[in-house]
Amino acid sequence: MNIRRLIPLAAAAAVLMAACGSSAKTTTSATTLAPATPTAGTTGTTAGTTGTAAASTAGTTAGSAAAIPTGNGPGKDAKTIGFIFVGPKDDFGYNQAAYAGSQAVAKAHPNIKVLTAENVPEDDNATRVMEKMISDGATLIFATSYGHLDPALKVAAAHPNVVIVQQGNVISGTVPPNVGTYFGTVYEPVYLAGIAAGAATKSNKLGYVYAFPIPQTIANINAFELGAKLSNPKAETYAVNTSAWCDPAKQARAASSLFAQGIDVITQHQDCTATITKAAEAAGKMVVGYHADASSLAPKGWITGSEWAWGDLYNQIVDTVVAGGFTGSKFNANYRVGYKDGANPFVQSKFGPSVTDATKALIATQLKLISTTGSPFTGPILAQDGSTLFAAGAAPAYADIESKNTAFVQGVVGQIPKG
Amino acid sequence: MSLLSEVLTGGITGGTSIQFAAQGESISERGGVVNLGTEGSMLCGALAAYAIASKTGHPWFGAMAGAIAGGLLAFVHAYFVLSRKANQLATGLVVLFLGLGLTSLFGVDYVQALAPSFRSTAIPLLSRIPFIGAIAFKQDMLVYLSYVLMPLSYWIIFRSRWGVLLRAAGERSEVLTAHGHGVISIQYIAVVVGGMLAGLGGAHLSIAYTNSWFENMVQGRGFVAVAVVMFAARQPFKVAAGSYLFGAALALSPALQSRGYGINQYALDAVPYVVTIVVLIALGRRQSNQIPEGLSKVFEASIAG
Repeated sequence: MNIRRLIPLAAAAAVLMAACGSSAKTTTSATTLAPATPTAGTTGTTAGTTGTAAASTAGTTAGSAAAIPTGNGPGKDAKTIGFIFVGPKDDFGYNQAAYAGSQAVAKAHPNIKVLTAENVPEDDNATRVMEKMISDGATLIFATSYGHLDPALKVAAAHPNVVIVQQGNVISGTVPPNVGTYFGTVYEPVYLAGIAAGAATKSNKLGYVYAFPIPQTIANINAFELGAKLSNPKAETYAVNTSAWCDPAKQARAASSLFAQGIDVITQHQDCTATITKAAEAAGKMVVGYHADASSLAPKGWITGSEWAWGDLYNQIVDTVVAGGFTGSKFNANYRVGYKDGANPFVQSKFGPSVTDATKALIATQLKLISTTGSPFTGPILAQDGSTLFAAGAAPAYADIESKNTAFVQGVVGQIPKG
Repeated sequence: MSLLSEVLTGGITGGTSIQFAAQGESISERGGVVNLGTEGSMLCGALAAYAIASKTGHPWFGAMAGAIAGGLLAFVHAYFVLSRKANQLATGLVVLFLGLGLTSLFGVDYVQALAPSFRSTAIPLLSRIPFIGAIAFKQDMLVYLSYVLMPLSYWIIFRSRWGVLLRAAGERSEVLTAHGHGVISIQYIAVVVGGMLAGLGGAHLSIAYTNSWFENMVQGRGFVAVAVVMFAARQPFKVAAGSYLFGAALALSPALQSRGYGINQYALDAVPYVVTIVVLIALGRRQSNQIPEGLSKVFEASIAG
């Protein structure tokens, strides 16, 4: 091997590292190539944080101040907090919303350093990035993607003084004292949007493009169909999956297939959402959004949607951990917050031009109902095969809903992909 | 729309980005250079096309920018491989990551931007051919461009004078040198043209197929293109067939699901890869003799000259 041949390679690698490291944004390549990822992201983020620190200190924390448990638990007096995201912070979707939440934490806690790392895959890379954050001083980490749970549990077991909270997954069995999962009850606003979709459809066919058949998504699809049936008993929901959180070409194809079947209202559960929204508008179809308000992309076809507002919940978790009261708190569990608690981090997006006042009134009534005694999943609710998913009776508890959504409800067309 | 025509239509739309990249990679490999950075060129092409279409309001300017950006990244590959004699495969991967890093860095501003895109345009008369018309001739302009590319690529490689030089560069570069031709310059052109076509493929993804830009949106199609080229033995028509086949297999899953069929998901996700590999192996049984001899070595002018 000629040494001369190694030089250009080293040069290319250097160019690459320079390209990635010089920006505030942590890139995929850095994540995959080098364990230095969080550092690259940190520099920029911290700089940004310092700049805005003075702007707002109060505000966000006020609401939760009263009930913060205290103690000597893990992560007490955290000075550094890490956030890991599975995708880029500008995806017009899930990761962007989580990133905005991390910035809300930075704003509300000017004395805390906030580290962020984007494009962290749901495998050992996540373990490595979290370990790096801990060695940089982080004592609280938000692992914001569904598949980050296993790495999170692994890292938490190795660092009993560090709290790791995971967004959206469910820990089965005993929850370790320094771990928790949290999420909104996403299916509640999806249910409300389903009502609008059912009222809007002319063909009685709704389309749902989703990524993977995880319990959260199945609950969403079911809630959407149940909402649609409330306003339109003939409405059916056609479900197509893409086996990827963000593959725009697959999304475009799925949308085409659904439109070919006569679907006139489409919605989705994807990390990047612009492609399907634009495809619907271009095809003259209607669209229900997810993750973010994308009404500007579909001025004609936009019906409504659901979007994230994570700041308050993140700040409540941070305040609990900083006060030392994490272990044994409501966050040291599979915490699910919904309309009944008044602080669902998943809220309804604004209505589009075609939604009638009657539909809005119906949604308002249902919102009131599910905020008090009701639930989209108040039984009896039957699965496609006729078996009972939710028995008749009172509204099921938040904690039970995802685990009981094991099948599509009647009215959903399509099968849950099996391995 | 019947299942078959839906899958075939989707196969052409979905296979076009791969076909552009694969035709480009064929030319590059005919000249003796494997470019594993094809995925990176596609990403650069996708972003540049979206950005320029967004700035200028014209998708054609976007497509041109996509080709240029893909070619520029391939030039980096060519420089290290041809002028600095670096290892082709390793350099290709580094170039891929360079493309990935650059596009995620500069792509941030365009995730939320709007850009005009190529709409599907029916070709008069041809689109009225029963069955085939609706599948092949109600597509976007870049798809039509890719139809022209197939025979053009064939003509360039096998019928033009430059094609003879190109193949000689890939097979027996010493002969070219003995006849006074610059091997390196021919290879530079081949690699850069390959990258430009990959850039066009990326442009098809962003400004024709999905009308959007996302970081890492190519999702491995560049590697599929390289694999198609290898299995199709660098024959332009087989390369096209392989690309469309892969696209059709990708289109199968949503077509079945939207009709309510439940099929083993993992099997369905593997179909595009399995079908493409099996068919191309069956098509190209004699491929082992057709690998350009220079593909695995680096031309050393000092030795030959």
